[in-house]
Order: sequence, then structure tokens, then C-alpha cells
Amino acid sequence: MGHAFVKRLKELLNSLLVPLLAIITAIIIGGIIIAIVGGNPFAAYLGLAEGAFGSAKALSETAVWATPYIYAGLAVALAFKGGLFNIGAEGQLAVGAVVSALIGYALPGWLHTSLPWFIHLPLTVGLGVLGGAIWGAIPGALKAYTGGHEVINTIMMNYIALNITSFLLNGPMRDPNPLNLSAKTPDIAVSARIPPIFPGLRVHWGFVLALLIAVFVWWLLQKTTLGFEIRTVGANPDAAKYAGINVKWNIILTMGISGALAGMAGVIEVTALNYRHELGFSIGYGFDAIAIALLGKNNPFGVVLAAILFGAMRNGGTRMQFMTQIPVDIISVIQALILLFVAADAIIRFIYRIRPGEERLVLTRGWGG
Amino acid sequence: MDWRRFAIIVFVIAIMFATVVMVGSSQNSPLLIITSMLATTIAVATPLTLGALSGLYCERSGVVNIGIEGMMLGAAFFGWLAAIYMNTIFHMAPIVSLIVGVFVAMLSGGLFALLHAALSITFKVDQIIGGTVINILAIGITGFLNRQMFFGAGSVFGGQIPHAPGVLPRIAIPLLSKIPTIGRIFEQQPITWAALILVVVTHFVIFKTRWGLRTRAVGEHPRAADTVGINVYRMRYLNVIIGGMLAGLGGGFLTLESISSFEPLMTNGRGFIALAALIFGNWTPFGAWSAALVFGAAQALQINLQFFRELIPPSLAILQNSYVVGLAPYILTMLILTGLIGRTIPPAADGQAYEK
Amino acid sequence: MVDDTIVLEAKDITKQFPGVLANDHVNFDLRKGEIHALLGENGAGKTTLMNILYGLYQPDSGEIMVNGQPAVIHSPKDSISLGIGMVHQHFMLIPVFTVAENIMLGEEVVRYGMVLDQKTVARQVHELSQQYGLEVNPDELVEQLPVGVQQRVEIVKALYRNAQILILDEPTAVLTPQEADELFVIMRQLTQRGVSIIFITHKLKEVLAVADRITAMRRGQVVGTTTPAETDEHRLAAMMVGREVILTVEKEPAKSGEVVLKVEDLSIVDERGVEVVRNLDLQVCAGEILGIAGVQGNGQTELVEALTGLRKRKSGKVVLSGKEIPELHPRLNVEAGQAHIPEDRHKHGLVLGFDIADNEVLCTYYQPPFAHGLQRDFKAVLNNALKLIERFDIRTPSPLLPAKKLSGGNQQKAIVARELSRPIKLLVANQPTRGLDVGSIEYIHRQIVDMRDQGVAVLLVSAELDEITSLSDRIAVMFHGQIVATMDAGKATRSELGLLMAGANPQEQAEPPSEVPTPEPG
Repeated sequence: MGHAFVKRLKELLNSLLVPLLAIITAIIIGGIIIAIVGGNPFAAYLGLAEGAFGSAKALSETAVWATPYIYAGLAVALAFKGGLFNIGAEGQLAVGAVVSALIGYALPGWLHTSLPWFIHLPLTVGLGVLGGAIWGAIPGALKAYTGGHEVINTIMMNYIALNITSFLLNGPMRDPNPLNLSAKTPDIAVSARIPPIFPGLRVHWGFVLALLIAVFVWWLLQKTTLGFEIRTVGANPDAAKYAGINVKWNIILTMGISGALAGMAGVIEVTALNYRHELGFSIGYGFDAIAIALLGKNNPFGVVLAAILFGAMRNGGTRMQFMTQIPVDIISVIQALILLFVAADAIIRFIYRIRPGEERLVLTRGWGG
Repeated sequence: MDWRRFAIIVFVIAIMFATVVMVGSSQNSPLLIITSMLATTIAVATPLTLGALSGLYCERSGVVNIGIEGMMLGAAFFGWLAAIYMNTIFHMAPIVSLIVGVFVAMLSGGLFALLHAALSITFKVDQIIGGTVINILAIGITGFLNRQMFFGAGSVFGGQIPHAPGVLPRIAIPLLSKIPTIGRIFEQQPITWAALILVVVTHFVIFKTRWGLRTRAVGEHPRAADTVGINVYRMRYLNVIIGGMLAGLGGGFLTLESISSFEPLMTNGRGFIALAALIFGNWTPFGAWSAALVFGAAQALQINLQFFRELIPPSLAILQNSYVVGLAPYILTMLILTGLIGRTIPPAADGQAYEK
Repeated sequence: MVDDTIVLEAKDITKQFPGVLANDHVNFDLRKGEIHALLGENGAGKTTLMNILYGLYQPDSGEIMVNGQPAVIHSPKDSISLGIGMVHQHFMLIPVFTVAENIMLGEEVVRYGMVLDQKTVARQVHELSQQYGLEVNPDELVEQLPVGVQQRVEIVKALYRNAQILILDEPTAVLTPQEADELFVIMRQLTQRGVSIIFITHKLKEVLAVADRITAMRRGQVVGTTTPAETDEHRLAAMMVGREVILTVEKEPAKSGEVVLKVEDLSIVDERGVEVVRNLDLQVCAGEILGIAGVQGNGQTELVEALTGLRKRKSGKVVLSGKEIPELHPRLNVEAGQAHIPEDRHKHGLVLGFDIADNEVLCTYYQPPFAHGLQRDFKAVLNNALKLIERFDIRTPSPLLPAKKLSGGNQQKAIVARELSRPIKLLVANQPTRGLDVGSIEYIHRQIVDMRDQGVAVLLVSAELDEITSLSDRIAVMFHGQIVATMDAGKATRSELGLLMAGANPQEQAEPPSEVPTPEPG
């Protein structure tokens, strides 16, 4: 039995090796780019590390940044397991945020009464998540019943969500306070807020919830019949049909759950962090989520680690920019490089002379005409 | 391209034109409005047309390319940057700077495409993931360099955007552009003309030449092509790079022909809409172009409704909001993809890496 | 006429793939004007050798001589220029292209350096067509051509490139016995014009009918070379497999019971709107094997998919043990007692990325004891896999090995194990032994007969006529989507079946047409 354990451990380390090397290589190349444009890579990365981990406040901020990444990363990873590309995390997130903001600030007014938190908060979160789920299920249904590829449809849903959000936040949902100059909603009621964990720090229970949800997603995928069905449809839809699985429903359900997770990211930002919804906070989450899912190899625990890494980089990046004037966008470049190396792990294997590993992730099956 | 699809395209475009005419007829003559819409439609459809042609070369040879968006964005930035450099640092005349910008844009598109080709063909990375990598890379690089070059303290341009050398001038077709009112349609800028010419050229190349035959063979049944001695990898590499250069030209349109400034993420989904146009057009140049025109018309609709905002009757007040009207292209894309308007058939080996 | 000049020689060819030595110091030669058959079971290394000769693979060691000169063949371009042409088992034709476009691909005739000259090519194809008696229409789309004609296009394609050496890889796999005879006539005509032919197959009767020389391969090595005069089916089979092979399946007569499967008036339309199965009726009783004979492409695939719930029906009823089964609900089929060994084990039969244990519960993962509600019980799944591995002799170090790591034969055994370990009333087996080695074939045939002896109704669909005739109690012939005849297996003759498979009426064909030579009885 001990032998099997060692073997498992070796497999685990092996599978961590490439992502780790990918990160290291990307950081090195990022450093070279910084040097080329005239900065000091060491100072830059020092600022980055300080901003990410250097104090209680830094750690708290890293957790704050990481939280939506965890949800969005889980969303994309689960979709990948089901053989689906959910590039719509951004739109699902936005819908989740808008719906939860609305329920958060408007519901007491509609019912002409204040609400206790154990009614208001679950409603706020639940309806927001439902909004995200629907936003994800629509492209899922289109794929299941018309074959329309979810890559383009989810991207279109992103732009539609963005437009609708802009419309709402500049119009009907705009904070009517005469002192308000930006496109944002009124603050949500106290009864709809998720409190912070420690006084004075922004890190909130939404972070803890994210970790629990990661465990839940793992359990769902690996231990349940539903998870088996999702993974079978992702691995071989023909065999899934043969196995009696209703593939169409499965696709819609997978995209719905994925949308719900991404919606959760938006809900948490509204109910736990900002206590309102504001335009412009969510740009880029969608693609970041894809990078996080791939870096985490579509494994929920890997996703958590990758999300914390990305959160740390984004958080530290602001401090880095403050201290060294290196634009925070270099983080995007480094993240893109990480994704590049993870996706084309052959490059990393070639550089570091690692022998070839298991199956590549291949999901593209053409446009399904 | 079958009759049903053609009829739907004409119908949708007619509705959009009619809406604007109805709204604006109190201020301008219908002929003027239609001409203006048509001229705008053709121009605005240019990046979509070029994006669709880009996708066509890639996919006909069997490589799915969702990185067109990133290639366009990168080209928009680097072409614009080159034009500014030429104009401000090397003091070249604006027109020369702009032309250099166009070539740099195409080169940039080609280089991104080379990366996509390497990832997809040699490293056999999943092609959609590879395309996503291109998109993320483009967003990161352009965002970083944009801030670094123009807003960073020690940057080359001292922290402000220098004066850009304007946009490419219109080229008028000699006799036709002299026709009163309608003549405006025949005064378009160079990249727009290029796009139209390339549609015809691409049709000819893909269906009538040896290159086209081999490309299509490699996209339908690469092993069969391999067994008659065609180099599958080489054909795919070259076609993807051609596609990249066309996407680059499309990106160049945005910053060298349409407006003369760069905004982060300015491509705004055009690369993906171009793909939808390609799918709708059944992977043919004329089909994709007509779909691009529909989207172009939708954008022209949005622009013109903003122009005529005051004239929109209260019952249709929602149309005043540019966000709402701006939804049109995206919803249209989704409708098209549902195949309600007919299923289309991609090249048989589209998206599959070739293993010898 | 065969003379003794050696036109092609492979000397000491060795080729190693990960995990398998495909060619082990192979020597092979081809004389001018001869038909040289290369015989061996699946996996023996025949196709690998030919792919090396054609330039698709490079040998690890050894050399190739063409017309006495050492030849350097790095790619098909080289072999084509040396006059070698190959017709692959799975056609290398592009369905959406015309015949002319397929033929000219790679050797295009152009004007102005790049414009395709379709007219000239059409004319050239016409000339070749007349010259060799291979009727093909240059302007037709390949996807609309019947399989036999597609094969002719492949041959013309090779001749267009002036092939003097023609390699045919399992050419009769997709032909009726009559079409195969016609092919042999064409082959003879070609050799009379000096073309030399290598003919790969695993079918013993054909080899004896048409070859001048026969070389047998086994596990990557050449076992021996002989001529039809010096050998017979039994000796050839022994060469191929390395031991005595029983060529027929021993079975008791059937003891059939009541009707288990009843299909009434079934019609199926494919994706393009073509009716591929028309008003089909059939029934299978408990304890009997009904074999459906027919050349691939006559609707068998669609029939089986519709029966098992994987495909929509246009009309018709499927009744299993008295219960009518709705369409597109494979789970109901399984719960009604049906087992299905699918035609394509990689597409439908297995999830290659999952381990064997999960594959063994692919159809039952949701039922107790394998799951209780949402929660799966992995101990039960594992135990089940261990039991099946033992009972069905699946060669694997562990039940947690991913299915893709199993050999083809073991993969099929895993599928058979899964399907036959449930209590079943009907077994639908579609091409159950395709691509397998003789040992696996014998094993699976045994399992099928055992099921039948235990009272299971068996519907067997196969393109291998021998498999049908040796296993079935009753035989139905399928042609163009209909059952054209049903008969007791004992009363069916090969030639009668062949005619029915080709859509001809045996009553009218009392005399064989004069230009088809009657093959020697095998």
C-alpha cells in the first residue's frame, strides 16, 4: 500500500511540475521585458511580493482579489470537464452582480419593510446566482438544440450583458443621489451584506465560502453520478449517448452550473466587498478565468491555487506600479505567458527536458455544423 | 450560397435601412439617408470582412482561429504606433507614416498568426485554447505598451499621446463618384477598397487555383492530401499566416482609417462577429462578405440613430439609447448561429491537429 | 505474364513503434507482372510495411530497391515518382471534391502557373478510363459514388501518376463477393499491361483465387512465401496464426424459443434526408442467432443505431420482450434487457480516457450497488471490474488503467464483459470482431454462441461473410436499406448470399456471366 501512495505522490508532483515551471519561466520573461523598457525587474518583483504578501493587509487584499477568481475559475474548469468552453464568465458574473445589487437595494423598498438578514441575504445571493445560471444556460441550450458553438455565443452574451449593464447602471438602476457622478447603483441594504472576517481588513466570508464551494465542485465531479455524466459527456459524447445519458440536458445543466458559479463571483463582489455594483469592475475576468482553469488543470484544488496566484499578482501589481512605475499591465503579459506555456506544455518540456506526459487537453471539435 | 440565406440578408438590411429612413426623413431626403447608410455600411463592414476572410484561409486549411480578435487588436496598436513613430520621431509625411503603419499592422497580424500556427500545428495545442492565448497575449501586450509608451513617466513620448498623423485619405472612383448624392458610395478609403477586392481575389484563389485546391484538400482530408505528396503542415502554416495578415489589415483599418487613436480593447468583439459571418457564409468569401454587410448595417444603424436621436418618436424612445441599439450585432450573431437560417458545413478536418 | 525481373524489393526492413515492433527484419520482393499477396491477421505488420514502401513512414533500418536501384523514399512524392501507387483500405478521397479534382490533386494541370485546368484533366481521365476499362465520370462528386466506383477512382488516381507498381490494402473489405471478382479481373488486366501488384488481405479464399505468390506475416516477421498450388486454407491459416486454427465454430443446433425482438416497418432517414432503411421487418427469437449479411453502407449501421436508441426513426416500431421501446432512449433499451456491442468501440463502446472500472459500469453506473442516489460507490465499481477482468480474461495490470492503454482485443473484451455480465434477453453485436487478432476473434465467437445457448436472442451484424455463415442460425441479407431475403443458415450458399448482397436476384442469375472467371472452390 505504501508503494501505491508513493506512486500517487510522484504523479502529483509530476503534474505540478509543468505548471510550476511555466510560472517561473513566464516570470523570468516578464522580468526581461521589464528590463528592456528600462525598469528594474528585481525591484518590480519585490514590490509585487510585498504588495501581495507583505503584511496582514496585503494578504487580506490578495484573498479579496482571489475570491472572484476562484468562483470564475471553477466555473470555467467545470465547463471544460463537460467538454464546453465557457468564455462567458464575464457576462454571467455581470448578470449575477446586477441582479444581486437590485435585490440588495430595492427589495425592502418593494415590500415596504426592512428584512432580516437570514431572508434578505439568501434571496440576494440566490437570485443573483440564478441570474448567472440562466445567462450560462442560454448558450448551453443553443448548443444543445441548435449546435451553435458556445465559444461565440458566450462571447456574444458577454457583450450583451455589458450593454445591458451599462444601460441599467446609467439609467434605471443608477444611484439617484445628487452627489453621485458615476454609473453605479445605490448601496445595498445592510441586511443583504456579507460581513468581513476581521475588523479593519477587507477579506470577507465570501472567501471562505469560495474554498468550501471548491470542495463541493470536487465532490460533485468526482464522487457523484451527475459528475460522472458531466465528465463522460466531456470525454466522449457518443459514448455518453450510448450510456443512456441525455446529452442535451447535460450540456444545459453543465453550462447552467458553470454560469451559476461565475454569477457567484459577481454576487460576492456586490454583497461582500463593495456593497453596490459599479460599471467597469469586471473587465478581463473572463479570460483570466480561462487561464486559471487551465493552470489549475481543471482540478478544483488546482484552480484555488491558481486563483490565489493570480489574485496575488493583481494585488501586488498595483503596489509594483506605485513603487516602480512599471505599468500594472505587465501582469497581464505575464499571465498570458503563463497560459501560453501551460497550454503548449511541449515548449516547457522542451526547454527543461522533461519527458512527455499524459494526454493533452483537446476539446475543439469544429463548429458542429 | 442559397436563396433563402440571400433573401434573409437582403430583408434584414432593408429593415434596418427603412428604420433610419423613417426616423430621419423629416430632416434629410431618403436618398441621402440611404446613400449615407450604404457608404457607412460598406466602410464599417471592412474589418468584419477582413476578419472573415482571415478566418476563411485558416479554416479552409483546417485550423480554427478564434484569435482573430487578438490579431486585430495587436495590429491596430502596432500599426498606429508605427505611424506615430514615423510621423513624430522620423518626421515622415503623414501619408507615408500611415502606409508604413498599414504594413506594420499586417506584419503584426502575421506574427501573431505565426504563433497561433506554431501552437496549433506543431505543438498540437487545442486550437481554441491557442486562439484564446493569442487574445489574452494581445490584450496584455497592447495594454502594457500603450500605458508604458504614452503614459509612463520615462516613456518615449514624455507621458502624452503625440499628434497622430490622421487617417488614410479617401480614394474616389473617377466617373462614378461624380454622380450627385449617390457618388459618395464610391469614395472609400484604401483599406475598404482592399477588402472588397480581396473578397473577389479570395474567391478566385480558393476555388480556381492550385493553391486553393490544395488548401481545401488539407482542410477536408489532410491524410489524403499527405498521400499524394502535399505538405500538410506547410499549407496550414502559410494559410494561417495569410489569415493573420488579413486580420492585421482589418486591425489597421481601426486606427489608420477609421479613427486615429487607440483605445484598449477597441476591437470590441469584431473578431468573433467576423467568425460568425464566416460560418453564416458557409466558409465562402461572398457569403461571409454579405453577412459582414449585415453587421455593418447594424452598426450603421446605431450610428445613424444616434445622429437622428432627437427625431426618434417617443414610442420608440428605447432606440435613443446607444447601448440598446448596440445590442443588435450581438443578438444577430447569436440568431445566425442557431442555424435557424440554415445549417452550414465546415471543412471536414477543421479544428483537428494532423498527426502523421 | 510474370517474368523474373524483380521490380521492388524490401531488404531487412525494421520499424519500431512505441511498444510494438511492427516490422522485424522483413524481406519481401515483387516480380514484374505478378500479383503478390501479403497475408496476415490484423496487427501482423503488413500495412506498416506497405506504408514504408509508399513513403508514409521511414524504416528504422533496411533498404528498398526499385528496379534494381537503391531507392530513397522520404515521402509519397518520392514513391510516386518511382512509379509506386497505393490504394488504401480507407479511401484517400475527398468526398466534397469531384473525381477529377481528386485525381489531379498534387499533380494539377495549370494554366498561367496557377489556374486549374479542369477541362484537360477531365479529358485525360476519360482516356485512362477507356484505356484500362475503369469507368469513371470526372465530374461527379465522390461522396455520391458507390464504394466500388470510389475504389476505381483510387486505381485511376494511381494510374494517372504512371504507377507501375500498385499496392492494394484490403481492397475487398468493402465489396460484395461479385464486386471482388470484378476487381480480380481488373487486376489481371493490369498485370497483362506490365503493372505489378501487391495485394494485402487477411482473407484466405481470395488469396488462393487470385495470387501468383503468397507471403505470410505474423507479429512483424515474414513467416514464409508460397504459391496457391503448394498450399491450402488450413496451412495458410496456420502460417498466419502460428498454430492450428479451427476455421469453423463448433455449435449445437439452435433451440429457439419465443420472439424477443420484433421490428416492424422501420424506416430511417439520414442527416441528408436520404432514406437509408426502408420499411424493414425482422424478428429474433430467444436462443437463436440471426445474422445480417451485407456490404457496409446498406443501412446496417443506421439499423443497429435505431434499434439501440442511438438514432431517430422516421417510422416503425421496435418491440423488446413484448414492450414497445420509444426512440432515442438507450437507457430503456438497457433496462429492457438489451446488450449492445457497438460497431465502433472507440466512438460508442468506451470512454478511452476513463479507467476500465468506470467503463465496465458505463451503462449501469447509476444503479445500485454502483450508486445510491447521487453518491457513487467506488468499492462496488472496483470489485465489479476485478470480477470481470478475471472472468473474461482481460489482460491488464490493474482495473484502474485507462482504457486507451488496452490492446484492441482487450478493449473489445472489456466491452463484451460489460455487456454480457448483465442479465440480458437480447444481444446486438455489430462487427464484434473487426480489427482483432485470431485469438480474440475465437474468444468472442465462443461468448456469442454461449449466450445463444443460454437462451439469449442474438442479432449479429457483420461485413465478414464467413463470420455470418459460421455463427448464424438464420441469415438475413440487407441491401439498400431492406431485408431482401431471410433463410436458414444451413441452406445458404456463398454465391447466393453474394448475389443477394449485391442486390441481384439469385433466381435470375442461374449462369454466371461469361467474362467473370469462376474462382476455384476455396
